Amino acid sequence: MSGAKFNRREFLKLAGIGAAAVMAPKAEAAITTVARPLLAAGPHPGDSGGGNQRWLMVIDLARCDGCAACTRACSAMHMVPPGQEWIKVYDMQHEGLADSYFFPRPCMHCDNPPCVNVCPVDATYKRADGTVLMDQDRCIGCRFCLAACPYAARYFNWAEPPHTEQELSYTYSVEMNMPHRKGVVEKCIWCPGLTSQGLLPACVSGCPMGAIYFGDENEDAVTNSLGETHRLSTLLVEGAAERHLAELGTEPRVWYLPPRTQSAKTREQTTASVPAHQG
Amino acid sequence: MTTTFADPTISRPSSFDALNKHERALLAPVFKWGRGVYLTIGGLGAIVAFGIYAYFVQLRDGLSVTGMRDTVSWGIYITDFVFFIGISHVGALLSSILRLTGAGWRHPITRMAEAITFAALLMGALMPIIDLGRPERVLNLILHGRLQSPILWDILSITTYLAGSTIFLLLPLIPDMALLRDKFTDAPTWRRWIYKIFSFGWRGTPEQHVRLERSMNAMAVLILPIAVMVHTVVSWIFAMTLRPGWNSTIFGPYFVAGALASGAASVVLAMVVFRRMYHLENFITLQHFKNMAALVLTLDLVYIYFNLAEYVTVAYKMEAGERAVLGDLFSGKYAGMFWITQFLGLIVPALLLVLPRFKPMTWLNRIRFLRPIPLAAAAAVSLAVSFAPTYIQSWIGYDLASLAFVFRLGAALLAGLAAVSLVPRLQAQPVTSFVIASGLIVVQAWVKRYLIVVPTLEHPLLPAGNTALTGTLYFPTWVEWAISAGAMAGFLLIYFLLSRMFPIVSVWETAHDKKVDEPIGASAHALKQPATASSPEV
Repeated sequence: MSGAKFNRREFLKLAGIGAAAVMAPKAEAAITTVARPLLAAGPHPGDSGGGNQRWLMVIDLARCDGCAACTRACSAMHMVPPGQEWIKVYDMQHEGLADSYFFPRPCMHCDNPPCVNVCPVDATYKRADGTVLMDQDRCIGCRFCLAACPYAARYFNWAEPPHTEQELSYTYSVEMNMPHRKGVVEKCIWCPGLTSQGLLPACVSGCPMGAIYFGDENEDAVTNSLGETHRLSTLLVEGAAERHLAELGTEPRVWYLPPRTQSAKTREQTTASVPAHQG
Repeated sequence: MTTTFADPTISRPSSFDALNKHERALLAPVFKWGRGVYLTIGGLGAIVAFGIYAYFVQLRDGLSVTGMRDTVSWGIYITDFVFFIGISHVGALLSSILRLTGAGWRHPITRMAEAITFAALLMGALMPIIDLGRPERVLNLILHGRLQSPILWDILSITTYLAGSTIFLLLPLIPDMALLRDKFTDAPTWRRWIYKIFSFGWRGTPEQHVRLERSMNAMAVLILPIAVMVHTVVSWIFAMTLRPGWNSTIFGPYFVAGALASGAASVVLAMVVFRRMYHLENFITLQHFKNMAALVLTLDLVYIYFNLAEYVTVAYKMEAGERAVLGDLFSGKYAGMFWITQFLGLIVPALLLVLPRFKPMTWLNRIRFLRPIPLAAAAAVSLAVSFAPTYIQSWIGYDLASLAFVFRLGAALLAGLAAVSLVPRLQAQPVTSFVIASGLIVVQAWVKRYLIVVPTLEHPLLPAGNTALTGTLYFPTWVEWAISAGAMAGFLLIYFLLSRMFPIVSVWETAHDKKVDEPIGASAHALKQPATASSPEV
C-alpha cells in the first residue's frame, strides 16, 4: 500500500476495521441488552437485596428433643400449606449399632446450590446475604429443583393451597412468600422479613431447647432462643460441627453439632423412624 | 377442513389416471382418500381429544390430579418426553448417517424416518410443557432464561433439531411437492396451496438439482452433531443432579444409543405397516428389512453394552445411595419390570434379529414335545396356579403360596420353550421376526425410561415431605394415562396425515433406483436426471 493508491480490497479492509472500532461499544451494549436476561437476575418482587450479613445456622443436635416446635412456629409464621414442613424434624437412624437421633432440616441455603444451578428461569436464586430465595411470580413449576435438591427441602403446590384472609392480605414479596399459589415451588427462606428487623427466624425463636442458633458469618456470632450468643468460629471448632452430606460439595450454610448427648427418652413424641442417607 | 373432506371429488380424482405406473404406485394414498382415512383421523382424533380433556382437568385442579408428589415429582410425562425425543433420532440416523455412508438402499425409507422424527419431536417437545405447574409462564424460559440450566440446553437443542429436521424433511420433498403441484390438479384448494408453497418454485432444472443435492449434503453433516447433542442434553437433565441412579458420566452416550435403537426399531414398524397399508411391496423389499434388521441389531447390542457399563460398575461398588436404587431394580419392587425389560426388550430382540440369518433349525420340529400351543397353555396354567386364590388352596388342602415361585419359574420356562419351538417358523418368516423384535425394543424403550426416571426419585438422599418411603410412591393416574395416550395418538395422527399429504416413499429418489415407465405428459421434468449432478448418490 503506497500513498493514496488504495485498491478496493484494502479500502474495504480498512473500512471494516474502522466500522468495527466505531460499532464495538454499541455492539457490546446491544449484546449486554440482549444477553442480560439470559445471564443475569431480573428484578424480584419485594427483594430488598438483603443486608451486608452472611446468614448462617448452627443446629445443636444434642439439644434437640424432637418436639417439632420449630416446624409449628415456621408453619404459623409463613402459613405454610398443609403437607409441607419447611423445617422438618427427622428421626435419623444410621445403620448398625448407633442409636437414632433427631435431625431438624431447614433449607440448607447452600453456597453451591444445586436447585439454583438447574433453575431455568432464575425463580430460585442466591442472594449476597447467603439466603436462597424463591420468586413465585417467576416459577414455571418444572420441579427440576425438587429433583436436584439433595436435602428434600423443596415442596410443590400440587393444588391450590387453602387460603386465609390474613394470608391473602399480603402483597406478594419474595421475602414473605405469601400468598401461596398453585403450581409453584415452596421452601424455607430463613425469614428475611424478620431478620431484616434484627429478629431471629421463626423456627429459631420457636425452639424451646435453644437448639437452633442463627447469626452472621461476618460478625462471627450466633444466637439462639435462650439468648445464648456464641462466637461462631469457637462453637464450630469446639463443637466438632459438620454439615450434612458435605461430600456432595453443595456447601450448605447449616452446621450441625453432633448429637452426642441427645436424650432418647423424648423420642416417642415423634413420627416413624426413617433411615438416614437413603430411603 | 371437514367440509373439504366431505367433497366427493377427492376420493376419485381423474388426475390420478394421468400418472405413470411408478407414480401411481406411490401416490395412490395421496390422491385417494377413502373412508378409512376419515375413520383413522376420527379414531385417533378422539383419543387426542380425550387427552386434551384430561389436560384441561389438570389445568383446572393442578398437578394434584396426577400421581406425582413431592418425592416422585416427575412421572410418565417426562418418560414420554425422553421416549419421543429418543424415537426422533431415527431421522438423523437414516437420512444423515446412511446418506453420508452412501447406502443407496435407504431411498424408500428415509422419508418414513424423517416424518417420524418430525412427528415425534412435536410431541416430545410438548410433554415437558404439559408437565409444568405454570404452563402459562412458559415464555419465562425466553424472557428470564438462564443458560446455566440444562432445561435451556434442551430448549436450544430441541428447537434447533426440530428446525433442522423440518428442513431435512422438506428438502427432499421439493421435487415430489412439485410433482403433486403439477399433476394433482383436482386436489382440494388447501392442498393445492400446500403443494405450491412447499415446491418452492421447483422446475427440475439441472441447476436446481445440484443445489438440492448440496443442501441435502450440508444438512446431513449439520444434523448429526445436533442429534447427538439433543439426546445428550436430555440425559443431562438427570445426570446433572446428585441423585443416585442419575449421577452418572455415561448418561449421554447411554441415552443416545438407546434413542438410536428405539428409533431404528420404530422405522421397521413403520415399514411393515406402510408396506401392507399402501401396497409398497415393490419398494420395501425383504432386503430393506434385512438391512434395517442389521442396523437395529447393531444398535441393540451397543445399548446392551451401555446397560452393562452403567449397571455393573455401580452394582459392584454398591455405594449406599446407589444400593437403594439398584436394590429396587435388581430384586425389589421393580425387579420384574427391570429383568423382563432387559431380557424381553433387549436380549430376545437381538436373537430374533439374528436368527433368520442362521441355517433353518428344522431339527427343532423333530423334538416331539416342542409344540407352541400346548407349551403356551401349560405356561398359562402354571402361572394361573401360582396366583390361585386361598379358597382353592384350602379346597385342595395344600398351601400353594410357598410354591408360587416354583410355579412362576415353571411358567417362564414353559413360555421360553414355547418360544424356542417357534424358532424354525420365525426363521422362515424373517420379516415377522424382525417386526416382533422391533416392537419389543420400542416398548422396552418406554419402560426403560420409566425405570430411569421413577426409581431414582423414590430414593432421595433425605426422605421428602410427609411421604413415608414405603409402598407405592408413584402410580400414574387416569389423567396421566389419558394425556400420554393422547400424545401417542397425536404422534400417529400427524404421522398418518403426513403420509396422506405427500408420498411417504420418495417418488423422485426411488425413480432412479429401478427401471420405471417413461413419464407421461409435459410435467415429467421433475424426474429428469440432473446433467451436472456432483454426486452419484441422489
